Amino acid sequence: MSDKSEQQRLSVFKTYKLYVGGKFPRSESGRVYEVTDSKGGTWLANAPLSSRKDARDAVVAARKAVPGWSGATAYNRGQVLYRVAEMLEGRREQFAREVADAEGLSKSKAAAAVDAAVDRWVWYAGWTDKIAQVVGGANPVAGPFFNLSTPEPTGVVAVLAPQDSSLLGLVSVLAPVIATGNAAVVVAAERAPLPALSFGEVLASSDVPAGVVNILSGRTAELSAPLAAHQDVNGLDLTGAPADLAADLEAAAADTLKRVRRPSAEVWTNDPGTSRLTSWLETKTVWHPIGV
Amino acid sequence: MANEKFAYAPAPESRAIVDLAPSYGLFIDGEFADAADGTVFKTVSPSSEEVLAEVARAGEADVDRAVKAARKAFGSWGALPGAERGKYLFRIARILQERSRELAVLETLDNGKPIRETRDVDLPLVAAHFFYYAGWADKLAYAGYGPDPRPLGVAGQVIPWNFPLLMLAWKIAPALAAGNTVVLKPAETTPLSALFFADVCRQAGLPRGVVNILPGYGDAGAALVAHPDVDKVAFTGSTQVGRAIARTVAGTRKKVTLELGGKAANIVFDDAPVDQAVEGIVNGIFFNQGHVCCAGSRLLVQESVQEEVLDALRRRMSTLRVGDPLDKNTDVGAINSAEQLARITELAEAGEAEGAQRWAPACELPTSGYWFAPTLFTGVTQAHRIAREEIFGPVLSVLTFRTPAEAVEKANNTPYGLSAGIWTEKGSRILSMASKLRAGVVWANTFNKFDPTSPFGGYKESGYGREGGRHGLEAYLDV
Repeated sequence: MSDKSEQQRLSVFKTYKLYVGGKFPRSESGRVYEVTDSKGGTWLANAPLSSRKDARDAVVAARKAVPGWSGATAYNRGQVLYRVAEMLEGRREQFAREVADAEGLSKSKAAAAVDAAVDRWVWYAGWTDKIAQVVGGANPVAGPFFNLSTPEPTGVVAVLAPQDSSLLGLVSVLAPVIATGNAAVVVAAERAPLPALSFGEVLASSDVPAGVVNILSGRTAELSAPLAAHQDVNGLDLTGAPADLAADLEAAAADTLKRVRRPSAEVWTNDPGTSRLTSWLETKTVWHPIGV
Repeated sequence: MANEKFAYAPAPESRAIVDLAPSYGLFIDGEFADAADGTVFKTVSPSSEEVLAEVARAGEADVDRAVKAARKAFGSWGALPGAERGKYLFRIARILQERSRELAVLETLDNGKPIRETRDVDLPLVAAHFFYYAGWADKLAYAGYGPDPRPLGVAGQVIPWNFPLLMLAWKIAPALAAGNTVVLKPAETTPLSALFFADVCRQAGLPRGVVNILPGYGDAGAALVAHPDVDKVAFTGSTQVGRAIARTVAGTRKKVTLELGGKAANIVFDDAPVDQAVEGIVNGIFFNQGHVCCAGSRLLVQESVQEEVLDALRRRMSTLRVGDPLDKNTDVGAINSAEQLARITELAEAGEAEGAQRWAPACELPTSGYWFAPTLFTGVTQAHRIAREEIFGPVLSVLTFRTPAEAVEKANNTPYGLSAGIWTEKGSRILSMASKLRAGVVWANTFNKFDPTSPFGGYKESGYGREGGRHGLEAYLDV
């Protein structure tokens, strides 16, 4: 009898929501859009169709998080990031299912992508307290001065997540932004946003302070324009930008001289190197006289 | 008595060391040439308005020709072993040292800055910059950009008039060390030292086309930045032009570095040694007539020592010698151009109109040329234009604060983020302030120090990329 009732049990759907300021709001616009599997047939969920106002709210949340997160010790950021990997590891099956649906991958390929995403996150967790020694250091100036260059986070970075890799791609662009002490506003892959929205739940159950990561779903074209032009955004990652819009977005970003990372073809399983870390770092050089 | 200047006899540096020709051409593919359309412009000495020379004015056709020459030269220059490229740069560094007095006088004539600065600051740093990057040319594999970092190709470089030859060195030395070839446009008011540098390249035997110099105006700069065969754009100048450049290169493959404006806070705490701080304040804003992007143009002084610091500052300002830039006793030279003088004048008037109190020491200014007395504004609020806009002249705006947190708040309350100064005897406070100030260069108990090994560049709307040091190589490598 119990077997029979389990077979007939109606599953509980999840309402996918945004992740902004540590909370899970719907879009302020009340809008949703239909997300289907990669073949375009099966309905998966109604995802929030974020508005320009949602994007602006996310920037406000991110800015609020900058002082605390950028001021945290590098060791602490590493611990927090590692905690995220632990939480993700524990939900591998859920993510494998979501990635398989989103990207049309076989179960094993989706599982491999999730494993790679966990490992990628661990790689970046380990970078938090090492990058300063790799890219900074003492400068031997010709005079009696202490002179030291250190990297510091750029601030608020808007990230257009890759369209082709809903989880591994997402973590590959997001982790370096926050590992270096920045706060992020991420626009999830437009047609495959569900793994990203679920990833918000992973972040919320880790120790990532509210606002450090904000995840929006919706039309990339609609959300990227206000983010590119936003006066309080310091960096713009165009990795997932629509090809016909990338140049316009870069031009809009020029008004506030945002640091822009242009779109480029990426193989997400490759060694990521350090360039995504250094994209969102500024170099500060401090001088002080030496004397008695 | 304390406000009295000692009477000094004039001590002019001889200008005979500079052999100025009546006219100069563009330097393209190793040869001087007229502009394609034959246009010329005059460059004047800002301290006397005397015409120094007539200079060919580059246009779009000349830009195209120069980029083609640079592209052609890139094939062999980029393929040259790093050690050989380095030796060319060492030669250039040495020749610059040998000719440094001549170039210092030339720079002073064309720019208006005091000979003491060109002689003691600009030229030594110019030679040092080439010497430093010469040594990198065969060590790029160890610079932290991978085992075999490649040059980008042709670099289009546009530089300002405030440190003409030094900005040329900041641009050309790392570009050549990394294996790029360059087309450089000096500013229209200061083309001469770049043209003399072309002669230094000739003496060094630099292969033709590796360095091309295009004197001209903004239209030539815009054409260079927009040229489809330029791989790298480097610009130092105003934030407004920097934005335009960033828009121009949007959607292209061009790599860009921008070193733009600033509105630096120079923060003086109540425990700072007042005399040292005052020297730093004066150096911060009156060095090079305040034509410095990283100038300490906002003095933030702790309220409790405001009177003491300002009294000492006024006393010190009264001893500044303004006048003939070629006089070795001169502290403050001429404003670079009539246009810049008009901008400084307009902003200073706005300062008065908005209610700040203006003060300048009694000082007799020459009757010809462009001059502006060292000026101090007190009672400045953060809303005033003179606290927000880059004046790029010898004008200091004074604001006050009570707590370190307030100082940080005010210092960072600007879209710029190039530099900042801190004056305090307390080490922990220096480090705390230094970490909170959003600026690319922080000078603690010093100001306006530069070195080829020390990365320089801004946060926020002061631009992106770094010049100097290992960091400065990245801008010219395909990494």
